[in-house]
Amino acid sequence: MNKHQNIFKRIYLFYYNGFRDMPKYGIQLWILILLKLFIMFGILKVFFFPDILETQFETEEEKSKYIIEQLTKPNQ
Amino acid sequence: MIENVDISLVDWSRAQFALTAMYHWMFVPLTLGLAFIMAIMETIYVKTGNPEWKTITKFWMTLFGINFAIGVATGLILEFEFGTNWSNYSWFVGDIFGAPLAIEGIMAFFLESTFIAVMFFGWNKISKKFHLVSTWLVAFGANLSALWILVANGWMQFPTGMKFNPETARNEMENFWEVFLSPVAINKFLHTISSGYVLGSIFVLGISAWFLIRGRHKLLAKRSIIVASVFGLITSLFLVMTGDGSAYEVAQKQPMKLAAMEGLYEGQEGAGLVAVGALTPGKEYNDNKDAFLFKVEIPKMLSLLSYRDADAFVPGVKDIVEGYDYTNKNGVTTNDISAEEKIKKGKIAINALANFRKAKEAGNEAKAKEYRITLEENFQYFGYGYLNDPASIIPNVPLTFYSFHIMVALGFLFIALFAVALVFIYKNNLEKQKWFLWTALFSIPLAYIASQSGWIVAEEGRQPWVIQDILPTVAAVSQIDASSVQITFWLFAAIFTALLIAEIKILIRQIKIGPKDQEGGK
Repeated sequence: MNKHQNIFKRIYLFYYNGFRDMPKYGIQLWILILLKLFIMFGILKVFFFPDILETQFETEEEKSKYIIEQLTKPNQ
Repeated sequence: MIENVDISLVDWSRAQFALTAMYHWMFVPLTLGLAFIMAIMETIYVKTGNPEWKTITKFWMTLFGINFAIGVATGLILEFEFGTNWSNYSWFVGDIFGAPLAIEGIMAFFLESTFIAVMFFGWNKISKKFHLVSTWLVAFGANLSALWILVANGWMQFPTGMKFNPETARNEMENFWEVFLSPVAINKFLHTISSGYVLGSIFVLGISAWFLIRGRHKLLAKRSIIVASVFGLITSLFLVMTGDGSAYEVAQKQPMKLAAMEGLYEGQEGAGLVAVGALTPGKEYNDNKDAFLFKVEIPKMLSLLSYRDADAFVPGVKDIVEGYDYTNKNGVTTNDISAEEKIKKGKIAINALANFRKAKEAGNEAKAKEYRITLEENFQYFGYGYLNDPASIIPNVPLTFYSFHIMVALGFLFIALFAVALVFIYKNNLEKQKWFLWTALFSIPLAYIASQSGWIVAEEGRQPWVIQDILPTVAAVSQIDASSVQITFWLFAAIFTALLIAEIKILIRQIKIGPKDQEGGK
């Protein structure tokens, strides 16, 4: 690596060359990581794991009111 | 509330969380342990300049990278579950859980991801010393990430340093240091990371043993075994020490968990520690059946370990449920109120919260203040208010007992394994000990079993609580459809299994290939 190059270019080339020279198993692992992230964020999070409080209520006040109702139900 | 909650929803939510947490934990301990082992190996390389050590380091670094990649993002699912399945809990714990997780996320991202890239891409591109520093930083970064999540877990086992705000229904952190330096959190962190070091050592020992069985990469195998055995022996002894510290904290803060770990139904002065035993199936806390079909005990050891006094009284399951007031021969009294009384106080606290809210809405500040005081006086029993049966504070005793004893037995087996390996290395006849090499290889799954058993003890043993004494599992769960949780449980099981098979195949293939493409290979 040329030490006279711009620091950002050196960092870019460091990563670029690192990924370019990655062995076969490294590529396979990256494919699996990306597949896993797609399943998690593209499918599971979107279709199966909504944040209950975020999706049902807009304000912090509404959320706390709902939770207090949930927590105090049997005693009302 | 408990009357309205679908128990199958609670069970499926718990099962799903357990599945994802256990899957996540399959990868974390190896990351924690192997990171330090390869850092030690690289240090030897930099100190000696011997290229063989570089080959050894690079080989284990490859396996580290594969394990790291397999484990990447598996913990994210847990965060999804907090928002969907455990929204009451997520809101209730508020910033106590949020702050450590945020720090963990930032640290994990910046420290680990930056230096992992330097570690893998930097060979021959940066100086040896900078590369070595990067490897050590990856090791420390991984362990620091574990610190924050374990601090959060420690708080759930022993909530401290916070105050409940009835206006928002959230626990707010009052003293960060009390949360961070809680003795439960510190012991939990040290015990957990040291278990990772032991698992990492056994992994290296086992794979190296396999090379010796096959007669391949002998130099790599022998040197790796030396590092793994020394590191493993030291850390497994430390593991015993931190295990003792953790159990001591359990005795002080979660006596029911301790009673379940030891199958102790009736409290005893000078209680013995069960070394080996089989529980009587179907035993109830208040029947007259003997708790054990058979047992071998170390006299007075449980009292000694739990209270640092060989004659101390250790309360059993029945004592904790029914309450106890015990005075020993020196006039020292230990006592606790019954679960039934705690349930009454818990219901008073919950009622006070409901009434506080109504008074606030009505603008009656005087009444609100009165209810706030009542709530604060009874808040330590808040979670009991969701229970109706005193027996519901008893966790699954057989599961906790057997998991604990399996973990402890394997922990001592591993100490022997490392010690024997070092003896054979010293005598220079390790290669000839085929029985030992096979034992070392088959110890790899045992290390995973021990590691998972430890978490079963920690998490099953504290049931019915999500947060000890102040929030039971049944009150923490979101009111969603149980069938959707069931669907995602099976979906996870299928996806995780498929990914795990694919990824383990890559790991095994790389082990079989060995360090052939590196200097000083076969």
